Amino acid sequence: MGATLTLAAFGLAGCGGGQSTLVVRSDASGRIDSLWWVMLVGSAIVVAVVLALLALGLLRRRGTPAEERKQRRPGTTFVAIAGVAIPSVVLVALFALTVDALPKTSPNIDKTKLSVDVVGRQWFWDVSYPADGARTANEIHIPVGVPVDVRVTSKDVIHSLWVPELNRKVDAIPGRTNHVVFDARTAGIYRGQCAEFCGLQHAHMALYVVAEPRADFERWLRRTAAPAPPPANADLERGQQVLLGSACEYCHRIAGTNASGTVGPDLTHLATRMTLGAATILNGRGNLAGWILDPQHIKPGNKMPGTALTGPDLQSLLDYLESLR
Amino acid sequence: MAANVERLERAWAEPGALITAFATVDHKKIGVRYLTTATVFFVLAGLEAMVMRTQLAEPNGRLLSPEAYNQLFSMHGITMIFLFVTPMLSGFGNYLVPLQIGARDMAFPRMNAFGYWVFLAAGLFIYSSLLIGKAPDNGWFNYAPLSSNAQGTNIDFYGLGLIFLGISTTAGAVNFIVTIFRLRAPGMSLNRIPLFCWAVLATSFSIVFAVPSLTADCLLLELSRKWGFHFFEKATGGDPLLWQHLFWIFGHPDVYIIFLPAVGIVSSIVPVFSRRPMAAYHLVALATMATGFLGFGVWVHHMFAVGLPQVTMTFFAAASMAIAIPSGIQIFAWLATIIGGRPVIRTPFLFVVGFIVVFVIGGLSGVMFAVIPFDQQVTDSYFVVAHFHYVLFGGAVFPIFAGVHYWLPKITGRMFSERAGVASFWLVFVGFNLTFFPMHIAGLLGMPRRVYTYPDHMGWDVLNLLSTIGGFVLAAGILVILANVLWSVRWGPPAGDDPWDGNTLEWATTSPPPPYNFPVIPVVRSADPNWDREDRSADARRLEHGELVLADGHETVSTGEVDAELERVLRMPTDSPWPLALALSLTVLFVGLIASSNLIAWVGVGLVLASLAAWHYPWTPHEEELA
Repeated sequence: MGATLTLAAFGLAGCGGGQSTLVVRSDASGRIDSLWWVMLVGSAIVVAVVLALLALGLLRRRGTPAEERKQRRPGTTFVAIAGVAIPSVVLVALFALTVDALPKTSPNIDKTKLSVDVVGRQWFWDVSYPADGARTANEIHIPVGVPVDVRVTSKDVIHSLWVPELNRKVDAIPGRTNHVVFDARTAGIYRGQCAEFCGLQHAHMALYVVAEPRADFERWLRRTAAPAPPPANADLERGQQVLLGSACEYCHRIAGTNASGTVGPDLTHLATRMTLGAATILNGRGNLAGWILDPQHIKPGNKMPGTALTGPDLQSLLDYLESLR
Repeated sequence: MAANVERLERAWAEPGALITAFATVDHKKIGVRYLTTATVFFVLAGLEAMVMRTQLAEPNGRLLSPEAYNQLFSMHGITMIFLFVTPMLSGFGNYLVPLQIGARDMAFPRMNAFGYWVFLAAGLFIYSSLLIGKAPDNGWFNYAPLSSNAQGTNIDFYGLGLIFLGISTTAGAVNFIVTIFRLRAPGMSLNRIPLFCWAVLATSFSIVFAVPSLTADCLLLELSRKWGFHFFEKATGGDPLLWQHLFWIFGHPDVYIIFLPAVGIVSSIVPVFSRRPMAAYHLVALATMATGFLGFGVWVHHMFAVGLPQVTMTFFAAASMAIAIPSGIQIFAWLATIIGGRPVIRTPFLFVVGFIVVFVIGGLSGVMFAVIPFDQQVTDSYFVVAHFHYVLFGGAVFPIFAGVHYWLPKITGRMFSERAGVASFWLVFVGFNLTFFPMHIAGLLGMPRRVYTYPDHMGWDVLNLLSTIGGFVLAAGILVILANVLWSVRWGPPAGDDPWDGNTLEWATTSPPPPYNFPVIPVVRSADPNWDREDRSADARRLEHGELVLADGHETVSTGEVDAELERVLRMPTDSPWPLALALSLTVLFVGLIASSNLIAWVGVGLVLASLAAWHYPWTPHEEELA
């Protein structure tokens, strides 16, 4: 529950853990942010000049419909200077800025020592650390100050991974692997969201990036790579039987058990996660129960059917899922 | 003189109302049909937008299901782009191009009628999906493989509907190109063509080269969906990016297909209300053509996040920046005209001024998308939604409103209420900015586009509420415009032939113009022919001695492409039922395809062939030379 509380403080409660492009938490997003401010100032100047010229034209001397028209100067020189010469110089400068900024925001994967695979699915993010065998969903953990190669692809349709406070977005395309580097300056929780329309629940396909000190990250990675803890008592045993005896196991994987489905998110360490349904709701006993019984109410159209369970079965199942730490 | 006009009236007399309704080839009637049909689609798209804005007024809105929202945002985009703006501007083009170049009809009048009927049929075809709750639900961009693998007929209405509609757009474009090159009044050399016609010419060339890419894309999509091909599947040797490349090779030029005729309207209005000829006319004409050309070299900036090589992206970034220059030329040419003139502010001009303000903002945010890292940050966010509404609503719909007020007196012969016009402008201008400006900020704060709802505490709530309020103000403004137009058609005071002292030839004839447009083919000696009083008096004198009156049938003149020297007299085709028959036959074919009924589809093919044969059969001895 600690993680959930952290999230409540950072994320869903809106105390700075949002997904604003104007909040800089890495060199890459800082570079993009400064491009934006340069362009905003430049644009404001252009708008001011155009408005001033327009005001000059409209206010200086009005005409009347009856007034005789006059043949006036064609104005070609003015248009050539203001419409061609000056914009050309400005655009060349902007192009230089663009080319200069590209390497800062593009993946230089030679310099990364750690990589994470992110697979877009309708509608969640499958996250794995192939070198360590760790697998989770809708949460990417990274160490602070270490550039991480995020390898992005998709199993179904095109999605786009976007964590604006860390870097630009990159599309998740079936059959292709794209790279983006996350290199967080400070510890924190950064929200991300699918940015490419991917069907019914495109709106509910978010995730969190948790940037934590190296030692914490290593501990998280080791724990996540381990199989699920075996049931410690009869109630948890019963909960596991409920899960393995229902349809759950066809779609979900819990390492260390017979549940090995790959259609839905990995549940091996579900209880450590902050959210359910790709950051649609907070992870907690009540929300988890609601999600299991009627996920279509919470996230209409998602691929998980509701499960009818008796009260005792549900309680045992919840106990078991909450033990998956 | 009276005798000559009488002969013309006889030669251009229309058959009964019923035959005219189904068989007319008069470009003015067809133009008005385009304008009114497109307006109906505009109202539908607007209603769709209002439902969406209501859903998004607060976080976690529950008014719409995700499926309903996805159908609505898809239909809103498809309608605005394919069924409103393009046909609306086609309507202006149909009505005005022959009048502005001093011709009596389009080069291919029957193809013109055919184009309208196909537009109507394709529009109804696409909208029939909404009636059965199976409207396209994958956006106007319709990316594969989401589209190619989707169940149901929703996406087929998109694929087949756009192939169907493309026939109309292409036929119209070919007609405009030939009309503008060959049917200009004697003396209207290239450097005297009205800027609106230059814009229509540039747009038509863009259509001819861009629409085949969309048609091919939709064809591959339908082959994949209906006949088991796999063009967009990596696993079977296809590529999902194929859809995107073909789509944007059409899609970006389409932005200019929409935008260019609109700025042509602006270039028509600015000099008239500034009481002086257009500044830097030649540069503006060149900029118009350059925009159409460069528009084909920028499509990849829609795809900067798909993972293309950097070298590729920098090339397209440079091209995307370069295309700002022709727009800059036009903006400063309008400013120079206004500054160097003595502006008279009336409703059409107000909308033009509003356009300049809004379009400059949209143009600047457009340049930002050429800056690759920034594009990759804000693409597919509400920043894009804000940007393209500034360039498409600001850049095309404001000029359309300006054009409606400017030419309404010509089309109906009646004047609108200036007070209602000014009120509608301010409602539209304030409502528009209140709707779309906050979307820039929502996008920068990370709000992705095409979401049916959003969580609270993201900093997006207030911005979205403002957008929704703005949307209703904008809708109120549009209602005032519609009411004003309807009022003027019924009760407006007579406008006279030339209420604005216009510079182009449509103002040289009556309001509304007679079926033959001009009693005598005008001869032109400048880019502002209606301001050359002597030339117009010369026209009147020619009418008296019957020179260039051409009253022996539906006749007009053809002239040289460059210098518009008189070449010969053309006999134009007259009313015909076959354009409608061909359009209906195509409808049968497409209904067969959507219903997956081979029988109906083959019947449609048969009807198409029969209609074509009947169209080309020489029913009367003259028809051979008319074909």
